[in-house]
Amino acid sequence: MSVGAASGAPKVPLLRNPRFRALIIQGGLCVALAAVAWLLAREVGANLQRNHMASGFGFWNQPAGFDISQTLIEYNSSTSTYGRAFWVGLTNTLLVAVLGIVLATVVGFVVGIARLSSNWLVARLAAGYVQLIRNVPLLLQLLFWYNAVLKALPDFRDSIRLPGGGYLNKLGLFLPGLELGGAGPTVFAAFLIAIAGAVVLALPAVRRRIGAPVAAAIGLALVIGLPSAVFVASGASPSLDYPQMSRFSLNGGLEIQPELVALLAGLVIYTAAFIAETVRAGIMAVPHGQSEAALALGLSRLTTLRRVIVPQAMRVIIPPLTNQYLNLTKNSSLAVAIGYPDLVQIFTGTVLNQTNQAVEIVALTMAVYLAFSLITALAMNLYNARMALAER
Amino acid sequence: MKRLVTVVACASIVMTLATAASAATLDDVKKRGALNCGANGQLPGFGLPDAQGNWAGFDVDFCRAIAAAIFNDASKVKFTALTAKDRFVALQSSDVDVLVRNTTWTMQRDTQFALKATATNYYDGQGFMVRKDLKVNSALELNDATVCVQQGTTTELNLADYFRANKMRLKSVTFLQLDEAVSAYESGRCNAYTTDASQLYSVRLKLSKPEDHVVLPEIISKEPLAPFVRQGDDQWFGIVKWVFYAMVNAEELNVTKANVDDQLKSDNPEIKRLLGVQDNFGEHIGLTKDWAYRVVKLVGNYGEVFDRNVGQGSVLKITRGLNALWTKGGLQYAPPIR
Repeated sequence: MSVGAASGAPKVPLLRNPRFRALIIQGGLCVALAAVAWLLAREVGANLQRNHMASGFGFWNQPAGFDISQTLIEYNSSTSTYGRAFWVGLTNTLLVAVLGIVLATVVGFVVGIARLSSNWLVARLAAGYVQLIRNVPLLLQLLFWYNAVLKALPDFRDSIRLPGGGYLNKLGLFLPGLELGGAGPTVFAAFLIAIAGAVVLALPAVRRRIGAPVAAAIGLALVIGLPSAVFVASGASPSLDYPQMSRFSLNGGLEIQPELVALLAGLVIYTAAFIAETVRAGIMAVPHGQSEAALALGLSRLTTLRRVIVPQAMRVIIPPLTNQYLNLTKNSSLAVAIGYPDLVQIFTGTVLNQTNQAVEIVALTMAVYLAFSLITALAMNLYNARMALAER
Repeated sequence: MKRLVTVVACASIVMTLATAASAATLDDVKKRGALNCGANGQLPGFGLPDAQGNWAGFDVDFCRAIAAAIFNDASKVKFTALTAKDRFVALQSSDVDVLVRNTTWTMQRDTQFALKATATNYYDGQGFMVRKDLKVNSALELNDATVCVQQGTTTELNLADYFRANKMRLKSVTFLQLDEAVSAYESGRCNAYTTDASQLYSVRLKLSKPEDHVVLPEIISKEPLAPFVRQGDDQWFGIVKWVFYAMVNAEELNVTKANVDDQLKSDNPEIKRLLGVQDNFGEHIGLTKDWAYRVVKLVGNYGEVFDRNVGQGSVLKITRGLNALWTKGGLQYAPPIR
């Protein structure tokens, strides 16, 4: 039969051949798209040139000259460059995205499971939370949290003193910081290596060979032990850096600013409402017979949830959960409204305004968010592939 | 079919880009029947729409003056509220014909940004406002202070420069919108708020208890505020510049909104040239003979506009200071119309 089909093929005219036609259409579309992109780029270039507007990334190494309120990496307004300011913004965005994703997942799972609770009050409260939060725009919520945080905190001069040398006031939360006496970067590098090692230990293949509890124990020992060992080996002496009161502010130690707290609170509470619904949907998608069977076998409610329901529910939960993670990362750009110095605020805000190179700066910022999203999606897809039903 | 759609879409994009870049702004404005003016939108005294959407302010009146010169109708202006951050892109992309938004004239903006500052309509400088109960008497005492500032302004750079030059430690919190920066300052997030001195007065009045706040004496920068136009249209540049100079000249010659009709009969040759009774300067910049008469009649001279929006006739009560005429010890000096 297959021989007959193959010998019949040449009789079809080339233009009627579905594969050939598909190839032509796809190819044509590609060429048209490329042409549009080329025309747009040429037109933008010509317009910029006609208006004598600078283009290119020459500004990258010029001094920035403006101050940034929160810097995770070294930044100095007089000597640092626009490029450095970009990295400061990038790390600030990453900080919010990573903390936000972790916290929103925890809150979302708790609320989602609470909505299904047999306790009437707990279920109603969770439902009320989801309905209220989901239906109010995020920007309003951010402004609300920012003003609520600022209104609730005392003025600088009436700071709340925390046990252990910390202070809390409108300027932020000031905690004693651990000073590593110059060994900081090395210890941090050791910490990162230890985390990578722990991730390797969590891989299913490794875990099956040595057993989950052993893997967890080694991982924990690695994360705590390796940085400590490196620190001891470096010979530096640790000290606590206490925040010191000055006329207007507190210096030294660890400073957490109200903008970060408000932004995190807003993003986490908002995203958690959506995650809760995703979790509820996932759990409800598991046939009721599964939990009945588990209970009939004498498993406790918690064990049933942990060992029977959630593993099956995860297959439904993970794809929409990925969407929520991407949304949270992108929504973090609303930080601009409450003065948190994220990538959008610093780079497409101040840097764009000072250099006036909108095309380069906006394109680069979009590329960064695209990269964030693709990396998140990739990680979640790998996780999804692992959790998917293994058909044997 | 898909290809056709793509080609049409791409052609239309190119055509829009091409039309957006046409040079003769005056022709576009006349054809449209209204001037597109980029203004502040949040700053009492300079640019702010009221509850009915009627715009008022010092900068707003200047846009009305340009419309008066072109259309003999000061209301033919469409105002667009712009943030500090977005204002230049809006002008560059032809969303507005002129940017009159308390914008500082700097070399970079005048050259690299493909824009042109026309003339300084307000000589300003950056200052600080603090709470009275902090007992600060000078900006030099602000070491370690947290300062709220609006993003995308020369203010942001001057602030860092000033603290660095005086070896003081700065903690700044930056906001996109003026209102957000002010509300953060008022709620106690910052010890000080910084912006151009003119704005400090107007912002102070917006606070719930203005008497609890004080403007510090230091002026830390030069901020010549100017209306901006795009580069490459000399006629339009000339119109915007000379409408302003006509208003200053009118004040110097004591031609006011109230007496402009009587002044038409004046024997003073300078007034005759200004109002188009003698010679014909207006038509050489694409306007009419009575262009300056229209401006003064419908909007007023420079002093009147100043007084009514920010000066003694307003709630702000800002003194003329550097903005007094050169004949009265200030810097406002317009080249002669002749």
